[in-house]
Amino acid sequence: MSQMTFAQKVLARAAGKESAEPGEIVNARIDLAMSHENAALVLKAFKEIGAKHVWDRDKIILLFDHRVPANTMKAAEGHKTVRDFVKEEAIPTFYDMREGICHQVLPEKGHARPGMLIVGTDSHTTTYGALGAFSTGIGATEMASVWTTGELWLKVPETFRLGFDGKLPTGTMAKDVILHVIGDLGSDGADYKCVEYVGPTIDAMSIASRMVLCNMAIEMGAKAGICFPDDVTRHYLHGRTDVPFTPVTSDPEASVEKRIDYDVSRLGPQVSCPHTVDNVRPVEDVEGTPIDQAVIGSCTNGRIEDLIAAASILSGRDVADGVRLIIVPASREVYLEAADLGLISCFVRSGAVVLNPGCGPCLGAHQGLLAPGERAISTTNRNFKGRMGSPQAEVYLASPLTVAASAVEGAIADPRRLLP
Amino acid sequence: MIGRVWVYGDHVNTDLIIPGRYLDDYDPKNLAKHVLEDLDPEFSRKVAYGDIIIAGRNFGCGSSREQAPVALKTAGVSAVVAGSFSRIFYRNAINIGLPVIECKEAADMFKNGDRALINIEKGILINEGSGKSVKFATLPDFLLDIIKSNGLVNYTKKRLAP
Ligand code: SF4
Repeated sequence: MSQMTFAQKVLARAAGKESAEPGEIVNARIDLAMSHENAALVLKAFKEIGAKHVWDRDKIILLFDHRVPANTMKAAEGHKTVRDFVKEEAIPTFYDMREGICHQVLPEKGHARPGMLIVGTDSHTTTYGALGAFSTGIGATEMASVWTTGELWLKVPETFRLGFDGKLPTGTMAKDVILHVIGDLGSDGADYKCVEYVGPTIDAMSIASRMVLCNMAIEMGAKAGICFPDDVTRHYLHGRTDVPFTPVTSDPEASVEKRIDYDVSRLGPQVSCPHTVDNVRPVEDVEGTPIDQAVIGSCTNGRIEDLIAAASILSGRDVADGVRLIIVPASREVYLEAADLGLISCFVRSGAVVLNPGCGPCLGAHQGLLAPGERAISTTNRNFKGRMGSPQAEVYLASPLTVAASAVEGAIADPRRLLP
Repeated sequence: MIGRVWVYGDHVNTDLIIPGRYLDDYDPKNLAKHVLEDLDPEFSRKVAYGDIIIAGRNFGCGSSREQAPVALKTAGVSAVVAGSFSRIFYRNAINIGLPVIECKEAADMFKNGDRALINIEKGILINEGSGKSVKFATLPDFLLDIIKSNGLVNYTKKRLAP
């Protein structure tokens, strides 16, 4: 049998076939279907289709994270519609607004496992690639069709393999790696592809760091991002799930469309400048740019290692006058751990405002919008015009270290100067 | 189909098409009032039923929000022609019955206010004024069927019907 990539293997398995070729359209059976607030939209289409019940209530996960607690009457009504549906259909896995951001909660609760095919009505569903799953974002209407039939047509993607070697220098994080790659390939540089992250740098990374890479695969257009499962993955999943899983990796001789190698041993902090994610520069180029707000959180960088990194800068320092620092733990688990480690008090002492777990200001819906003419630096994943409030505001993207350093200095700052 | 065209550049993202701040509203008519607001504040007032959007590369990049094609369609847009589309926008547009056409040459062939003629089955795009025409790759039959059914909901309904 010919050699297959990870994407080919997972999609062939899901379609009940021996093999599948890139470009082929397969009808795949979905292992897990996730929706957040936009489940209200899915539900509307589901009812229009006229389906009586969902195909498999154990394969659907619902939660709220984008607007929690509800910030408008309409959001509250949307939440209620979904809550009522969860009761009617007796969907067992519903986390309401309690647990945090979907892309953090699914891995934490052991729902995302190696070899699975996961779809979600959210573009950053690619995050679960960090656990070795093939996962991708879809729209609300097709999710309604998944709820009805459990199936979805998918084109088998070509693969880009990105190799990374070298130890990350002090002051740089996974976020700097992915920003550098996106700056290099462009915002449509990996359109429709499955992006594999491989090499010694990745092997040495935590699941949290791998999640940063897979999360932002969509920012170069990728259909999925993947880090192959290893002992780090097994260790992460231990105690989170009892469900057996079969790790899937690409065959060594499988053909990939492109292979690019990066040496990260000299990489410095990177900053993505307004208004596109691929507008990436080394921090030195934008140092000193004054800011009004700094945000640490999101499904990209709201995990415990990110908060520890932020605390390493903020501890014993004050947020600069005139700067608003907002910190949002990605989940309840992260929040609790941060509290136990004393990070929350460190943040509050430094002058930060700590929000409840959720998306926070990331999507410009509530909790920290920007006024016209304001500038923010954020650990989130998008800096499109209007993303975080006013279309006349500017958003810069960077690592938790860089954002914390900038909050302290009141202007975009190189964190390497502030580290011990 | 025939329509007046509006021409935009590369990377028209979903936050430009419909900003996150409006997404607590599930009524397409309300979304349509804000469509493309951050890119072209006048758009929702200028656009008329049947108009066609022509754009450059990577149209619809960003979020999975289906409200993006829904807002365009509800505002009256009858098709989007772009050099390339982001994956999720492309699927969403088809699923809600908004024709999307991938054509690299289109953005250079038109200016605002021109009229375009599209034959989606045959894969031909014509600028009515200049007479210039170009071929584009047609969609697989089952995707054309979804568009012709006015979206995946009706298409699935038909398939489920005994
Ligand atoms: S944190 Fe931001 S990018 Fe992540 S799911 Fe929430 S809104 Fe989307």
